[in-house]
Amino acid sequence: MEFAELIKTPRVDGVVLRRPFMPTVEGTLCLTGHHLILSSRQDNTEELWLLHANIDSTEKRFVGSLGTIIVKCKDLRVIQLDIPGMEECLNIASSIEALSTLDSVSLMYPFFYRPLFEVIEDGWQSFVPEESFKDLESMTDEWRLSEVNKDFSVCPSYPSLLTVPRDIDDESLCKAASFRHGGRFPVLSYYHKKNGMVIMRAAQPLTGTNGRRCKEDEKLINATLCAGKRGYIIDTRTIAVAQQAKARGGGFEQEANYPQWRRIHKAIERSNVLQDSLIKLVEACNDQSHSMDRWLSKLEASNWQSNVKEILTTACLAAQCIDREGASVLVHGTEGTDSTLQVTSLAQIILDPACRTIRGFEVLIEREWLQAGHPFQQRCAQSAYSNGKLRSEAPVFLLFLDCVWQILRQFPCSFQFNENLLIMLFEHAYASQFGTFLGNCVAERGKLQLSQKTVSLWSWVNRPQELERFLNPLYEPNNLVIWPSVAPQSLLLWEGVFLRWNRSTKCLDEAYQEMVHIIEYNKELQNKVNSLRRQLAQLETEDSPLQTP
Amino acid sequence: MEHHLIRRVEYVKLLNTYPEKKSALGTLYLTATHLIYVEQTNNNTRTETWVLHHHIMSVEKLPLTASGCPLLICCKTFQLLHLLFQRERDCQDVFQSLLRLSQPVKEEELYAFLYNPHQNEVDRRQGWEFISVANDFSRMGLSNEYWEISHLNKNYEICSTYPSILGLPKNASVAVVTGSAKFRSRGRLPVLSYYHKDTKAALCRCSQPLSGLTSRCVEDEQMLQAISQANSNCPFIYVVDTRPKLNAMANRAAGKGYENEDNYSNIRFQFQGIENIHVMRNSLQKLLEVCSMKSPSMSDYLTGLENSGWLRHIKSVMDAGVFLAKAVCDERASVLVHCSDGWDRTAQVCSLACILLDPYYRTIKGLMVLIEKEWISFGHKFSHRCGHLDTDPKEVSPVFTQFLECVWQLSEQLPCVFEFNERYLIEIHNQVYACQYGNFIGNCQKERLDVRLHEKTFSLWPYLLKNQHLYRNPLYRRSLESTVLRPSTLPLHFKFWCGMYNHYDRGMHPKQSVLDQLLSLTQKQVEGERTMTELQRQLAVADGVLPDPSGPINTPAEQDGPSEKTPTAPVVQSNGSCAPLINGDAEEAGPGAEKCNEKEGADPGATEHDLTSSEDKPVSVETEHSKEEEQESS
Repeated sequence: MEFAELIKTPRVDGVVLRRPFMPTVEGTLCLTGHHLILSSRQDNTEELWLLHANIDSTEKRFVGSLGTIIVKCKDLRVIQLDIPGMEECLNIASSIEALSTLDSVSLMYPFFYRPLFEVIEDGWQSFVPEESFKDLESMTDEWRLSEVNKDFSVCPSYPSLLTVPRDIDDESLCKAASFRHGGRFPVLSYYHKKNGMVIMRAAQPLTGTNGRRCKEDEKLINATLCAGKRGYIIDTRTIAVAQQAKARGGGFEQEANYPQWRRIHKAIERSNVLQDSLIKLVEACNDQSHSMDRWLSKLEASNWQSNVKEILTTACLAAQCIDREGASVLVHGTEGTDSTLQVTSLAQIILDPACRTIRGFEVLIEREWLQAGHPFQQRCAQSAYSNGKLRSEAPVFLLFLDCVWQILRQFPCSFQFNENLLIMLFEHAYASQFGTFLGNCVAERGKLQLSQKTVSLWSWVNRPQELERFLNPLYEPNNLVIWPSVAPQSLLLWEGVFLRWNRSTKCLDEAYQEMVHIIEYNKELQNKVNSLRRQLAQLETEDSPLQTP
Repeated sequence: MEHHLIRRVEYVKLLNTYPEKKSALGTLYLTATHLIYVEQTNNNTRTETWVLHHHIMSVEKLPLTASGCPLLICCKTFQLLHLLFQRERDCQDVFQSLLRLSQPVKEEELYAFLYNPHQNEVDRRQGWEFISVANDFSRMGLSNEYWEISHLNKNYEICSTYPSILGLPKNASVAVVTGSAKFRSRGRLPVLSYYHKDTKAALCRCSQPLSGLTSRCVEDEQMLQAISQANSNCPFIYVVDTRPKLNAMANRAAGKGYENEDNYSNIRFQFQGIENIHVMRNSLQKLLEVCSMKSPSMSDYLTGLENSGWLRHIKSVMDAGVFLAKAVCDERASVLVHCSDGWDRTAQVCSLACILLDPYYRTIKGLMVLIEKEWISFGHKFSHRCGHLDTDPKEVSPVFTQFLECVWQLSEQLPCVFEFNERYLIEIHNQVYACQYGNFIGNCQKERLDVRLHEKTFSLWPYLLKNQHLYRNPLYRRSLESTVLRPSTLPLHFKFWCGMYNHYDRGMHPKQSVLDQLLSLTQKQVEGERTMTELQRQLAVADGVLPDPSGPINTPAEQDGPSEKTPTAPVVQSNGSCAPLINGDAEEAGPGAEKCNEKEGADPGATEHDLTSSEDKPVSVETEHSKEEEQESS
């Protein structure tokens, strides 16, 4: 196996593992092709199994012949390994470095992972576009499924099947695609059953400096409007940024050419800014100094919470257009693969109760993120401890999850899932044994043959044993549109992710257990009362049928 | 209680701070005690807003606008009322009435002196005797070998602002006690606040010594010695000055100051750096400005929060409390705490340490005892600090509010250790300012005695106890109660208390409350258990009374729940008297009893964004929408 040459020292004894809020463990450190393992060979002590892919960065320190490696993980945890012997330490450090930065996707763990569970439902087959379209067809006949992109030539980052207005033919789609960044022409994202309004998404139009226009593009989006109705275009960029984009061939829809549309600009930050925000936030959270002012000013300077607020506000705006104004919406930013997806997917969580179930949320992620071509592999290559030479890393998906958590916190009874599901998705987007988040778009995943060579995350999540952990005991289906508050006071730091490793969770876990206990006990009690009632009623009818008036 | 109507004004608009867009139209009433706003809505529902005049902190007439004359009312409960009058004259009238009504000059004008919660004199006396500091001393194990309950101050002659009974070290002579009192600011000598049975360490409190630059006092030194000797587990005592060092040094020049370590044997002296009442007052002022900002950006809010310094001060109080608790339980050392007068910062940190050390104070009743002991009886100047009367505004300071917030911060970190929930703390806070009950009127015990408060007013505690079901924490676990609390005091574990400072901006709060959900479940649980017992009884009766050839259908024992938590009540055996069989009785809390939380929905105004196009839709449109959605939900 090719990893062997990267592993100079496969095992070292007498290594001490230090983690905050956990007892130190002494044991044997082993390196395999995909894992860093620390085992104390004692019962009752937790072993460490760390995917190399989860390692974001490492630091070495030496005091005499004792070496220390500080391992910073993509899930934000920081662990310390004390390794006796300078040479061993250096070897281990360089192996970790090499193994955690493998360039080739096909060397990643998902291609080697064999599940220890029986795959009952193959997650790769769980979400097929045709199924969603059937649902849509039952509500309206104004849309069709187009195969124009079946060989990914019209738009490399779109899936092969796309939902488009019925009256627009494939030829027009091709023309519209040539007018949109990356070929991402406007497609259906969400159909609001209540009033038939829709959310569409696209990339920016390529108007350039001389105001190019495209009749097919105009026709395409106008086709989604009812007679006499106006729609909204939500450009996730500020007007200034959108103006600048013209110089590079991009731009925005001119009022003159889109008279039925009203354009609103918002200010969701671009990916490199978001990455910087994450790095600063995590740095602030790991600062152990005891100054309140320092903490608050670092939190503010990170801008993370501002980003959360802006994204949620924009999503609320889109939802308001649909549900309050009764108007359809087109959302885009620049590429239409980042802020656009944040907005369209969050708007659906606000509007559509189905997205608040576990299954519905999986469908949403599959449809609005994976198939819509969010470049997971690029965005999640590095996390908060990345230093220097960033390419296109950005916590776009993490911000989306954070926003979902904010809504969940404000509507704790309206979601079938709990915070654990969101945290799990964050972890797996950055490092996983499953193939779901590999690749950047459907076409790439096809080339990698992920569905044949790797296991889907959903195959694992949807097992009843696993699902249990993600169920919200407070859930009561709620068919309403849920409007979150976006006041700064209402948006909290997501402690479950950002303070996860900086606090003891014992008390919070106990509280959660207690809550589950109360709910479970109540259910049992009600069941028992009901069964007693039945018995009593039965006794009555058997013994004294005449007694009942 | 009658409400004499003083004034009534129609067509008054109430502007909402958050979400901004919504405003109500209604009628304003002023009674002798309350401001009442009745909102007129289309669908025959009356929304009433009641504001006690005592809760009003300030009334301000804002500049005239095109839409009317605005009046801004700020309350001590952090409620903001932004009223809009059609006529200038009405506005002026209400303004002047409120100024007069909200700032009583004499104590007898306070609500408590008129209010009678339908109790007779016996109830009243029992109410006042319900919480007793003396009982708490016995609970701690006093008197014992080392400590005794002393009546030296029964006429308030040694210290006029102390309670009549004091916990003192047994081996401190009267001369030492009186001598020490003379060397302490306002005679507030070192006395026992809390005795920790397990370690024999004591938490003591006093005011600053009158040490100046060079003075010393043998009796005071002996007093500290006596406190030290009362604890054989530790050779030294901590002396904690809760002030910043600079403030304490400045006091030396005025003949006050802090203990010189050279003069006292075996003390370890420590500053804690909690700021004074003026800094705290200004800090709260700044915090409230942040809370009332109109659609602030996240950055405005966080910067404002930082600049207010509020959380920094909360943390400093918490740090000091944690220091005391650690000294007592980890080092088994006694601690003497003071600040300047020993009635603000000292009260904060002593009571906080008590909560950290002793699970009793984390119960509903225990917190009452603690407040009665450390705050009311030890002379925290509630009248001055809360500005009950129209007196010196420089005496007002949110010292007690900060204590409540520290408790809340603890409950956020440790959700299972308190018997009460957040609402209990907020209710206590509101009651402190309401002056509806007598507990928080006056500045010390002597003052209260002088105005015969216990004869003229009622005590709050029985009222709170009667409503304790509202204040319960469903997650409270008694099994955890024996532990000493060890909260984290890292800055990132302190949160802004939206439930307190933005309490009235409902739009900001979670739309569904886990607390309500769990409280209603625990309520259902009680009913369910009762129903189950009753059904089991009926089954048993049916079994015994009606001869059934096929034998018993089900023995009650089989019906026993698996829960260890709730023992099923013993089944009443049939005694031969024929109990009628009852049909599955629908009134008794069945499974479909009631659904809570039907109201989350659909308040689009709650999202702050407005569509630029939707220039003020008529309110009715929105109402229609929400109706529609409610229908959907049902």
